[in-house]
Amino acid sequence: MTAAQNEQLSDCIVIGGGHNGLVCAATLARGGRKVLVLEAAKQLGGAALTREFAPGFRVSAGAHLLHLMPADLLRELDLGAHGLEWAATDMASTALVEGGSPLVLGAHGAGQGLSAADAQAYAAYSARMRRFAAAVAPIFSRPAPRLGTDDWADRLALLRMGWQIRRLGRRDMRELLRIGGMNVYDLLEENFESAALKGALGFDAVLGANFGPRSPGTVLTLLYRLAAESAAGARAMSQPKGGMGALCDALGKAAVAAGASIRTGAPVAGVWVEGDRAAGVVLESGETLRAHAVISSADPKTTFLKLLGARHLDTGFVRRVNHIRCRGLAAKLHLALNRAPSFSGVSDSSLRGRLLIAPSLNHIEHAYNHAKYGEYSSAPIMEITIPTLNDPALAPSGRHVLSAVVQYAPYALKEGWAAGRQGFMEAALDSLERLAPGLRGCVVAAELLTPADIEQQFRISGGHWHHGDLAFDQFLMVRPVPGAAQYRTPVDGLYLCGAGCHPGGGVMGVAGRNAAREVLKSDMTSP
Amino acid sequence: MTQPAAPHFIKPLLETPFHGRARALSQVDSYVAWAGYTTVDVFTTMEQEYFAIRNATTLYDLTPMVKYRVTGPDALPYLNRLVTRDIAKLKPDRVAYCVWCNDAGHLIDDGTIFRLGESDYRICTGERQIDWLLDSSIGFDVEIVEVTERIAALAVQGPTSCAVLKTLGLAAIDRLKPFEIGYFTLGAHALTISRTGFTGDLGYELWMNPESAEAVWDALMAAGRSRGIRAIGSQALNVARIEAGFLLPNVDFVSAEHTLRTGRDRSPLELGLGWLVDFNKGHFTGRRALKAEQIRGPRRLLVGLDVAGNKPAHNALLYADDGGKREIGAVTSAIWSPTCKRNIALAMVDAPHFQIGSTVWAEIYLNRELVWERRMSRAQIVERPFFAPERRRATPPAEF
Repeated sequence: MTAAQNEQLSDCIVIGGGHNGLVCAATLARGGRKVLVLEAAKQLGGAALTREFAPGFRVSAGAHLLHLMPADLLRELDLGAHGLEWAATDMASTALVEGGSPLVLGAHGAGQGLSAADAQAYAAYSARMRRFAAAVAPIFSRPAPRLGTDDWADRLALLRMGWQIRRLGRRDMRELLRIGGMNVYDLLEENFESAALKGALGFDAVLGANFGPRSPGTVLTLLYRLAAESAAGARAMSQPKGGMGALCDALGKAAVAAGASIRTGAPVAGVWVEGDRAAGVVLESGETLRAHAVISSADPKTTFLKLLGARHLDTGFVRRVNHIRCRGLAAKLHLALNRAPSFSGVSDSSLRGRLLIAPSLNHIEHAYNHAKYGEYSSAPIMEITIPTLNDPALAPSGRHVLSAVVQYAPYALKEGWAAGRQGFMEAALDSLERLAPGLRGCVVAAELLTPADIEQQFRISGGHWHHGDLAFDQFLMVRPVPGAAQYRTPVDGLYLCGAGCHPGGGVMGVAGRNAAREVLKSDMTSP
Repeated sequence: MTQPAAPHFIKPLLETPFHGRARALSQVDSYVAWAGYTTVDVFTTMEQEYFAIRNATTLYDLTPMVKYRVTGPDALPYLNRLVTRDIAKLKPDRVAYCVWCNDAGHLIDDGTIFRLGESDYRICTGERQIDWLLDSSIGFDVEIVEVTERIAALAVQGPTSCAVLKTLGLAAIDRLKPFEIGYFTLGAHALTISRTGFTGDLGYELWMNPESAEAVWDALMAAGRSRGIRAIGSQALNVARIEAGFLLPNVDFVSAEHTLRTGRDRSPLELGLGWLVDFNKGHFTGRRALKAEQIRGPRRLLVGLDVAGNKPAHNALLYADDGGKREIGAVTSAIWSPTCKRNIALAMVDAPHFQIGSTVWAEIYLNRELVWERRMSRAQIVERPFFAPERRRATPPAEF
């Protein structure tokens, strides 16, 4: 590149206008940095966007519920002032049971239908898990400490983590350490009788994960989810008005209000390296944009292997990046309906919440067995919302949208998704039809996003929602890989801020904020 | 390639294409396993073979050297990211001695890279490392194939080696410069010859089809009879390589891929191979770590030692004082050098004691008819190589 081609110099370029990229940009701009956000798609949001999937029908194309973004982050960026409104908050979960009455798990306790023993156990279990979650939650809001350094900040952070757990008290600490490495199947079997209750609780441990309930480490993934939810605060499970896209629109406005610039339809072809430092980006259009720091919200594989290129990295590091497990197993099903669906025995208020198809732990495990061998589940598990009940503007008057996360749909389907797509769609529709007789007759249009579609449409390697499995070996100081787990990368001036970093995926935004704080520590005076 | 006569688990070591000829000349049945092959350690006596290296011509079977062919449009950027030297400067038909490191800038191995064509290279190295080479190829359009068994290799080394090859009819051999590759035919046999070697003397390495191996061996033996040609084993070569100051993996350093204990890895800067590290060529694996080490200064350095007395300082610990109170390093290779008439060694010495001219003390243990004696010998840190005759570089080489 010659000097004549130089565009204006930014302090920071953020690659990707998803929620993490936008949180990062807004935080950087509020810290006084001159920020430019580059989004490949025509609209902001990444995988947290609202889009039309059939004429007049709009849906949150990726995640469809907001329950992980910390309350203090929403306050800090004042998203209410930037247009974020809620269509529903504090949404209950309802476990659908074929031929039985559904089980309602509200944000504040379990509903009717449980045995006395289960009701009591559930109260104790929920309280205990909430305490554990609260002890783990503070780990999220700081960079993960590095191991084996002489750095006092790392040691202090490790001590702080230990202290958080120690101060749970002897009994709770022992229990946390006992269950921390267990699988969720065994934990729930210890506690409950009801298959439906165990299924519904186990579902949250494997949602979006490459796990079945008997997989090792699934208590950890459950605790992880609960910890993030605990930081999200009282609002808990909620649905932004206008879908997830509205959240990112508000984040975008907050970033712009703080002084950031945003360009959509500007796909980045590569990170531009000069003198062993990231000095800007080259767009697919050929345009070069310079910056003191480049912060990528793309997944680690995309960032390192596609945008930066292996030739700027050491072999061992590339080997670690190459081994990140990021093959998605969650598909997304969108149905345009000509009337509101009705699920057997489900009350109107439950219908406005979150519906789960996970009738038992064995059902989930069976569904996962298929995925292990490259097949889709013939009786998939699902998280269903009917967003139009809370937000009618998403569909033409009187019509409705059903949005469901459907598992398991392995990224590398043995037969290929071109061949398997219809079969999986049918399996999902059959499961729905059994619980909501007549639903099939109401379907006007349907869209299925397999992990392969998610990879292609949202530019996520492997189509994995979390940019990499949330698992023991991909947590904390090893997320995404050692050498890049504190948002900095081996290449000076290049940072990560996406879900592939600590604390990880879901629409949380904490990775974006943590990364921005790291960038703000660095000196921007020299290029 | 020779097929093993028995199943691999019964006869685990392979035989090289020269094995039949070598076995016929072996007088003391002394063999060593090398990279999965049986090779000769000593044919007659180590001394007789060593003096042939320095005074006549020697044949050394180096077929077990592991060879990888690297081709494809990204071959050059791939190799430049792999090794610390700038391979862009390596012209076709030239060879470069190289090292490659892990992310921490610690040596994985050393070897030579042959540029055989525009985008056609061969890596020649002591140990198998296809996993590292393949992992290094992520993101590069290259093909890497192991060709060890497809190529028989014979080192022809010594002051009369050029004359012997000329006697064979390879007239143009005397125009081959050090680290240059030439292509020759010997009757029906195609020979690729590089002016390279591990002796620090005048010499060549011959690369050929395994089918040609015995015929080439026989022709060399016949042509070299009047010039004292002799087959040599690894022991004699080891003396020559220490005189030449060359490093031997697992003796002078342990590959960073094999070390188990922390702090046992070695960087090229510590091994005195800083001249192989080009910080200006762009990124290569280990560059950032080596840059930091360069700024910090190496903590230890591999040096040459001139030890008092005539007892080789095998495995000797080194001290700053003759009282043996402050340990500052250890000897990795030691010999009495028959040509230099000096007691020499290679040693790893801690900073700041590794300056040329510094005195250190070597703790040498001598076993005299089962009675052990301990000796503190004064040793001086000296320049390497210990022996570097003009003839190793002269083109054309003089007639001997």
